[in-house]
Amino acid sequence: MDLLRAIFIDPFAQMIGSPDLLAQTIWEGFVGGVLYALIALGFVLIFKASGVFNFAQGIMMVFAALTLVGLHEKGVPAWVALILTIAVMYALAVGIERLVLRPLVNQPDIILFMATFGITYFLIGLGELVFGGNPKSMITKELFLPGGSIDLHIPGGRVQLQKLDIAAAAVALIMVAGLALFFQKTRIGRALRAVADDHQAALSVGISLNQIWVIVWFTAGVVALATGIFWGARSDVSFALQVVALKALPVLILGGLTSVPGAIVGGLIIGIGEKLGEFYWGPLLGGGIESWLAYIIALAFLLFRPQGLFGEKIIERI
Amino acid sequence: MVSQTASPSPAPILDVLNIEVVYNAVALVLKGVSLNVPKGGVVALLGANGAGKTTTLKAISNLLRAERGEVTKGAIVFDGERIDRLSPNDLVRRGAIQVMEGRHCFGHLTIEENLLTGAFTRRDGRAAVMRDLEAVYATFPRLKERRSTQAGYASGGEQQMCAIGRAMMSRPKLILLDEPSMGLAPTVVEEIFEIVRDLNAREGVSFLLAEQNANIALRYASFGYILETGRVVLDGAAEALRSNEDVREFYLGVAQSGRRSFKRVKTYKRRKRWLA
Ligand SMILES: Nc1ncnc2c1ncn2[C@@H]1O[C@H](COP(=O)(O)OP(=O)(O)OP(=O)(O)O)[C@@H](O)[C@H]1O
Ligand SMILES: [Mg+2]
Repeated sequence: MDLLRAIFIDPFAQMIGSPDLLAQTIWEGFVGGVLYALIALGFVLIFKASGVFNFAQGIMMVFAALTLVGLHEKGVPAWVALILTIAVMYALAVGIERLVLRPLVNQPDIILFMATFGITYFLIGLGELVFGGNPKSMITKELFLPGGSIDLHIPGGRVQLQKLDIAAAAVALIMVAGLALFFQKTRIGRALRAVADDHQAALSVGISLNQIWVIVWFTAGVVALATGIFWGARSDVSFALQVVALKALPVLILGGLTSVPGAIVGGLIIGIGEKLGEFYWGPLLGGGIESWLAYIIALAFLLFRPQGLFGEKIIERI
Repeated sequence: MVSQTASPSPAPILDVLNIEVVYNAVALVLKGVSLNVPKGGVVALLGANGAGKTTTLKAISNLLRAERGEVTKGAIVFDGERIDRLSPNDLVRRGAIQVMEGRHCFGHLTIEENLLTGAFTRRDGRAAVMRDLEAVYATFPRLKERRSTQAGYASGGEQQMCAIGRAMMSRPKLILLDEPSMGLAPTVVEEIFEIVRDLNAREGVSFLLAEQNANIALRYASFGYILETGRVVLDGAAEALRSNEDVREFYLGVAQSGRRSFKRVKTYKRRKRWLA
């Protein structure tokens, strides 16, 4: 009886009792969720356009962040380093297209999936070789990212918002909006959606898959850089950071591999869900449930919606 | 019997010279196919299921590579240039585009977006593309009505129109049209073929159409090739083919006993081999 009470009543009573704590928890979950969503977005873009499940997405994030701070460490001014890092991500996209996708196109999906393992270890090796293996800290100040926090007064107390978190949410929002516009309104964006719909038909109208792949991997690389900057600012920049990329997996289970809105909403659900779980139910289990709760949330969702959140509308008619 | 060496016209836009196609590096599917399409002509490529019509068209448009197919022998000349090694992207730019069997519209894109993807390779500016979009809408008024419908929800006939319209947006000289009649009601098929004729006459676009429905194809084409298990077994002017005994019997289904059957096509093949 006591246990049931502790699970089903106490946490909610606590939430209502101190709404400021609840709001604080949700905000922190939201910011985490935004970053998960960005990582998942990278996966989805690549999967839709090239049919590849990119195991290297997490490493691309770390590699981008590492390149940025590493260049700065070597004396390059922050803004130049940022531009150079973007250039490196472009070179990476071109390299992957030339050396991995193009030769392996038409091979079974599993081969391409395995190839992304290769990319992963290549990036780890390259990163450590050039910039060293020790953790570095993100150059937030140099990039003019705000520090400190602001207090928001709400009925029942106040919520503390880190300015960095606000910046992360804002950047994520701008990126998602920018991508949506790009996909809907531009010639290349339209071609990208065409490729995602039907590779063969896209080829037949003269869309160059090679060009599209470069664009998509580059876009995913830039998204990875943004995510890497903000995750790196919360902890350190090191290859250990890639474990947060594993959080993208439950997000993908939840949102579906092919749905951009699914990645975003899935990311938010996982982010907020795990923070609430950790804060209100964690103590029951002795804490530390954040690391696996995400998977439980995703699996629970799957039970009720096997097609995922937005199970891509499959249009069936001949 | 019509002679194999008869060619439709001296100035071809497309010349396929004795090509062989192999899938997966083992399966020989085309065993020496030659054909040509005159500038401004409409040529039909006929044959039963699995004869190699689609393979021939994909060899020309080079969509074969994406299916692990390869032209291992012969040559393909389009507009005076060898094109065997060109990518579909290059080919579309030069004016040869395929409308695939089964239409393959982009299901989640609207009809209008589908049409615009056809202009992907063009570099002549937005205004010119928009003018051509209006021209396509003038040819296919139904597409204009449904411009903001997702193509996946359009009817079969509308999808076929969308696929042809999309190809027109690339300003082609030659359209390789694969099985336009597939799965469509006879009146719609008629409508589509009328449009093909119209585009041919008005815009001077040449067509190579692959069809199982020899009946209608030979009414709209001026020349035809009949393909069987990867070989051209017969060719000739459309009227000549329509009055040819063998063709009447096996492809037009107008022989004494009526419907053609696969079994009889097989015995026909055997007889052909013996004749050859
Ligand atoms: N991707 C492929 N890999 C291996 N074999 C193939 C492939 N595509 C087609 N074939 C084979 O090539 C032969 C010719 O096929 P093709 O699709 O060209 O015929 P078709 O004349 O277009 O037939 P249909 O009228 O059914 O469309 C068939 O025997 C088919 O099994
Ligand atoms: Mg076919």
